[in-house]
Amino acid sequence: MDPTVLTVESTRVAIQEKQFSATALVEALHARIERDDTHAWLTHPPERALAQAAAIDKLADKGGPLPPLAGVPIGIKDVILTRGLRTTAGSKVLQHFFPPYDATAVARLEAAGAIVMGKTNCDEFAMGSSNENSAYGVVKNPHDKARVPGGSSGGSAAAVANGTAVAALGSDTGGSIRQPAAFCGIVGLMPSYGRVSRYGLIAFASSLDRIGPMTRSVKDAALILQHIAGHDPLDSTCANVPVPDYAAEIGKPVKGLKVGVPKEYFAEGLDDDVRASVEAATEKIHQLGCEVVPISLPHTKYAIPTYYVLATAEASSNLARYDGVRYGFRIKDAKTLTEMYRRTRDEGFGYEVKRRIMLGTYVLSAGYYDAYYLKAQRVRTLLSRDFDAAFAKVDAIVTPTTPTAAFKLGEKAENPLAMYLADIYTVTGNLAGVPAIAVPCGKTKTGLPIGLQIFARRFDEPTLLRLGHAYEHARGAF
Amino acid sequence: MATATRIPPEVLARYEPVIGLEVHVQLLTASKIFCGCSTSFGAPPNSNVCPVCLGLPGALPVLNRKAVEFAALAALALGCQVRETSSFARKNYFYPDLPKGYQISQYDQPLAEHGAIEITSGEGRKKVGITRLHLEEDAGKSLHDGFAESATSTCLDLNRAGTPLAEIVSEPEISSPDEAFEYLTRLKEIILFTGVSDCNMEEGSLRCDANVSVRRKGAKEFGAKVEVKNVNSFRFIREALAYEIERQVEALESGEKVVQETRLYHAAEGKTFSMRSKEQAHDYRYFPDPDLQPLVVDAAWQAEIRKQLPELPEALRARLVAQYGITEYDAGVLSASRSLAQQFEAAARSAKNPKRVANLVQSELMGRLKARDLSIEQSPITMRGVAMSADLAEAGTISSKMLKDLYDHAFATGEDFAAVYEREKPQQLSDASAIEKVIEDVMAANPQQVEQYRAGKTTVKAFFVGQVMKATKGQANPAMVNELLDKKLAG
Ligand SMILES: [Zn+2]
Repeated sequence: MDPTVLTVESTRVAIQEKQFSATALVEALHARIERDDTHAWLTHPPERALAQAAAIDKLADKGGPLPPLAGVPIGIKDVILTRGLRTTAGSKVLQHFFPPYDATAVARLEAAGAIVMGKTNCDEFAMGSSNENSAYGVVKNPHDKARVPGGSSGGSAAAVANGTAVAALGSDTGGSIRQPAAFCGIVGLMPSYGRVSRYGLIAFASSLDRIGPMTRSVKDAALILQHIAGHDPLDSTCANVPVPDYAAEIGKPVKGLKVGVPKEYFAEGLDDDVRASVEAATEKIHQLGCEVVPISLPHTKYAIPTYYVLATAEASSNLARYDGVRYGFRIKDAKTLTEMYRRTRDEGFGYEVKRRIMLGTYVLSAGYYDAYYLKAQRVRTLLSRDFDAAFAKVDAIVTPTTPTAAFKLGEKAENPLAMYLADIYTVTGNLAGVPAIAVPCGKTKTGLPIGLQIFARRFDEPTLLRLGHAYEHARGAF
Repeated sequence: MATATRIPPEVLARYEPVIGLEVHVQLLTASKIFCGCSTSFGAPPNSNVCPVCLGLPGALPVLNRKAVEFAALAALALGCQVRETSSFARKNYFYPDLPKGYQISQYDQPLAEHGAIEITSGEGRKKVGITRLHLEEDAGKSLHDGFAESATSTCLDLNRAGTPLAEIVSEPEISSPDEAFEYLTRLKEIILFTGVSDCNMEEGSLRCDANVSVRRKGAKEFGAKVEVKNVNSFRFIREALAYEIERQVEALESGEKVVQETRLYHAAEGKTFSMRSKEQAHDYRYFPDPDLQPLVVDAAWQAEIRKQLPELPEALRARLVAQYGITEYDAGVLSASRSLAQQFEAAARSAKNPKRVANLVQSELMGRLKARDLSIEQSPITMRGVAMSADLAEAGTISSKMLKDLYDHAFATGEDFAAVYEREKPQQLSDASAIEKVIEDVMAANPQQVEQYRAGKTTVKAFFVGQVMKATKGQANPAMVNELLDKKLAG
């Protein structure tokens, strides 16, 4: 058993065919997690994983068909709730929080046979692009331990890349699945807004947050999405749109698809190696029989400021509940209620989280609301229309996922603006509500992974996955 | 009131109060507005809670359809237009009983707008506009007493957190404390008729805040607005407003400015006290709640809700007067609640002569209730009892005298009419020969009056009727007494 190359399908088949048991796999991965030097995992008690593994092994012993995700060890980003399994959001404020319920996505994965291995490290409340904002320490990039894994789902990306999980759930508010996937050389899928229930996802910015799979292949992403997608009566923003058979969809030919290349994503700031790699990938897609056309998404330059106004506004409100009153961290010996609030939140939250709460509070304040929040909402509409107009002409859009490959730990920690610009190609998808996927498309001269990003129409994950899958096969191994 | 005569009336008369009221009404849904928890009152603390209403991480609100229907029904009853699309917003502030650190409410797109309530004021009838009716969730309760740790800590009960509320905001068109009282009385009556709330102020299912300012009569500009909170009865609202108006007039008269602020009413002292000024006022940072879709109440849904709209108090009263010939006052009493009016009408319909039921209510029931200071809901004789008595009287089984006696009896013992009647069952004397015997005895005892009658002074017949009734203890059938007397006296 080589856990670094297992896929969803090969895991299930191996357990079915008794090449190894689910229990043996969990034990092997658990041992790897214990030795993990990237700090991808925060909480990983073996009990829950072993119980599920035993249930899968029992099914395998009976010889019947196993559920579709049987025995697949999955890491859950620590902003996604797991019943009885400590969930911190990477924050001191939730240091000892043991949720009383499972997120819908987690419950659905387990129902399909998957094994929850534990909780993966992340930027505090998913706010960050390097995983350096975790209250529990940074995650290192498995490809170069002096570099960041990306963020905020850095732990999930590193776990899949370093072979401590076959797949992971991440969350993506401005690129938090795709950017670390690109930095760690794995596949990261951000589904359409409303495709996957947010129930049990600790909210950062509710109108932008998505849960999605991080995997070793596009097909694995499709197989995971299959089980987490779909209507949830507990989430009013989760769409009641039928879930296609993604595994069947990815097998369909891509010949004749129209693929747009937006010029705004290849402008100043794009690293040469990344540009060359993405251009080569685009050529490969052309060779697959797709019609590649230049397009424009003219409001792209406003995406970052728009994103940081809206995301912080929502965050300032979403994080108000961490007040020390009912659960989570509370300062001791406060004399007054105000003092308890102030010191609990001051000591409970990290620097970046506080920065964003203050930004968000400011843009919603009387006298500033129209100039910031309302204006940003209007620009968001324009950005959505950019995508609508483009998708009237093309079926998919390909871009780089990030302007550069993984940067060094500490490189941007003191420069928030430079850090925010790491999300420049990804935030647009969150603002527009469309799905996007990051697929490895090569390496820099120094051997760091590079990710191709593909966008598709809202709820058109089939096209997204089909093109990603076709490219992945055409590309071959690195 | 503590300060009733502080300011000379002629000074007060130079000013015009401007009052607007904000009323919160708890809706009687079985479950909370954004989760499935029960809304039952009086459950052990923190037993009706779940991740959603506790504000746990990751929990999301899902709107209760019934709460929308109840609020829309109230809105229609108040003459509001229900918006096809309304939306929810977050009102952000920190308070221990507010689990999420924000309240989900409606802000720039409320559920309903442009209603009105007609009230009686000093000068006659007047319409007070209703600016808006919107949906929101209630907060929990801070409990400062009654626990082991109460000396040092405040306890929280979050059972109430997430209970659906309709907030009803009036236009600043109320001009006196009495009008405010009348507005609230009419509002409560209408809401009670719709059945969407029990409007119980003690249990907090109806709460009211008042905005009040004063200005020189004829002035166009509004004065500085003071919000009065913490008033828990309509009477106290009237008192608090009266106090506040005088306080503001006094300030203006002595050349001071009225400070825009929030004040709390202390009923025991009959005074308001400053709570926070405008400078300390919250900036609630309202913004659309991204967890909830816009609320669409389309024409079809509105029509469905409108079908549930009952006959409203005004219309009911007019109809009772027209249909049963009762006074407006009695129609008012009979429409004190929808169920009472329904009972009355059911009784009237079931009786052989509906008018007689109405007459009995008016002539026999109301007076007795008034004399004993009972509300009609406390009446020992139910509407069913009134109907029964009406039928017995109609059939001649009991005389009006007997009916009065039975009513007195019922009020004395607290029993309903049927119980008293079954026990007492005063049988009317309808045996012709027995009555004849009595008549003969009376005639024999009063020969002089017999002579007078036969000489043409027929008015003495009344004397004989009285004597016969007296001799039979009122039980003789009056019609038969009359008929037999005519025969006997004629000789
Ligand atoms: Zn609840």
